[in-house]
Amino acid sequence: MNMQNDPAAFSAPLPPIFHPGFSWMRVFAMVRRYWFLLRSSWPRVLDLIYWPTVQMCMWGLLQTYMGQQGGALARVGQAFLGAVMLWDMLFRGQLGFSISFLEEMYSRNLSNLMISPLRPMEFVSSLIIMSLIRLAIGMVPVTILAILFFGFNLWGLGFALAAFFVNLMLTSWTIGIVVSGLLLRNGLGAESMAWSIMFLLLPLTCVYYPVATLPDWLQFVAWCLPPTYVFEGMRALLIDHVFRADLMLEALAINLVLFAGAICAFLAFLRSSREAGSLLAGGE
Amino acid sequence: MSVMSANSSANPAIAVENLVKVYKTGTAVAGISFALQPGTITGLLGGNGAGKTTTIAMIMGLVSPTAGTVSVLGKRMPQDRYQVLHRMNFESPYVEMPHRLTIRQNLDVFARLYGVQNAKARIAQLAQELDLADILDRPAGKLSAGQKTRVSLAKALINNPEVLLLDEPTASLDPDTADWIRGRLEHLRDTQGVTMLIASHNMAEVERLCRRVIIMKKGSIVDDDGPAQLLARYGRSNMEEVFLDVARGTGIAEGA
Repeated sequence: MNMQNDPAAFSAPLPPIFHPGFSWMRVFAMVRRYWFLLRSSWPRVLDLIYWPTVQMCMWGLLQTYMGQQGGALARVGQAFLGAVMLWDMLFRGQLGFSISFLEEMYSRNLSNLMISPLRPMEFVSSLIIMSLIRLAIGMVPVTILAILFFGFNLWGLGFALAAFFVNLMLTSWTIGIVVSGLLLRNGLGAESMAWSIMFLLLPLTCVYYPVATLPDWLQFVAWCLPPTYVFEGMRALLIDHVFRADLMLEALAINLVLFAGAICAFLAFLRSSREAGSLLAGGE
Repeated sequence: MSVMSANSSANPAIAVENLVKVYKTGTAVAGISFALQPGTITGLLGGNGAGKTTTIAMIMGLVSPTAGTVSVLGKRMPQDRYQVLHRMNFESPYVEMPHRLTIRQNLDVFARLYGVQNAKARIAQLAQELDLADILDRPAGKLSAGQKTRVSLAKALINNPEVLLLDEPTASLDPDTADWIRGRLEHLRDTQGVTMLIASHNMAEVERLCRRVIIMKKGSIVDDDGPAQLLARYGRSNMEEVFLDVARGTGIAEGA
């Protein structure tokens, strides 16, 4: 061994600083960890950009084709690229949140975090920040490519885009938080939820067609989901050139209720995990 | 056979009283009590399924007790855990860190989580003391078993804990390194008064480090005494034989 053999080499370090409440220092410690993880693997960075780009190209070409047909079809087709990009924001926002959480389970590191002073809300905050970072890496290049190849400028939506974005992100975090709670409680057996749960919303939130297309009873379900308001609002803006602030406010109200419910569910799953001993299993 | 109840000292570092944990699959801990004095090293022994891991997990606040109480440095776990978690830590070779992060990055993150002052200097100090300086920038996934254990110990010491829980701290280490680690643990106890609870299957380690040994079987404490007293009572020459007597139910303690 090449180590110092004199145990007296240990000197007493300064005591740690005690932050009794919510600490941004701990939040950014976690963000730092996920950032280190992300940048350590270029295929993962590439993966953030790859699929949104493929989606944008496919739907952009379909929109071009429909535009060439003329008439009502061309008018409806204008909204396809907007729909696919907003859907990707919703999907990628949730995935960005859940993947960061899954990283802890893959590396069997949850126990280390749960015995540290990190609080659940600090953990959730760091996952939210990472979902924004992952989303920015994936979506910003795609929006630029959409301008270059299809002349579709998402940024040109201005304030409306901000309203769409806030609502979609709140929904994606709500679902991400619930999925993380399920993972905490049930381990990696629930991993498939992280990848697939959002697709349940794809038909219900009417991404590519108006809510009126659904049967009456399903319309009621659709209007309980905030993204439905966003996609209806997006169609109103792109097709009829009307910004529906009422839809955005209704979506925000539902989002806030669901987000609060998701936080409560996460804390309940965490409490249940402590009771069941599933935090000990390290995610298995 | 003497089974100690909770220590009568007013300010134990760790106090466990009538602790019970029942899972759906059965009882893991069946009403145990003990108290650990500050600045002592105590061994927690028992075969697989004895309840050691669940006991340690309840002390850390990772598992909620079904009944009974746990307090660490005077704070109840898990209710008051955020008032004390920055003063304690845990080491186990079975809990890993993100493999793609370097050791320096991992320690840096934990230093920030624990509110360590002057984290860079602390990491450098631990790297020197635990012979990690040459591998600080190596990914955690590319370490030998011995290096992993030393990194895990560095993480456990990052916040200069007053209470340290260790799960087989020298598992997978060669005898030289294991001996060195034991020396460090003794030094921490002697100079900084760190209270340690060690779950171990290495009986020689327990004999050397621990002034007190708690032996568990099927969720209960079946013996609790100093190593010398246990050896005398079981009429054995080493702790391994005592452990086998308890595990197989063949031991008849003299004077019990």
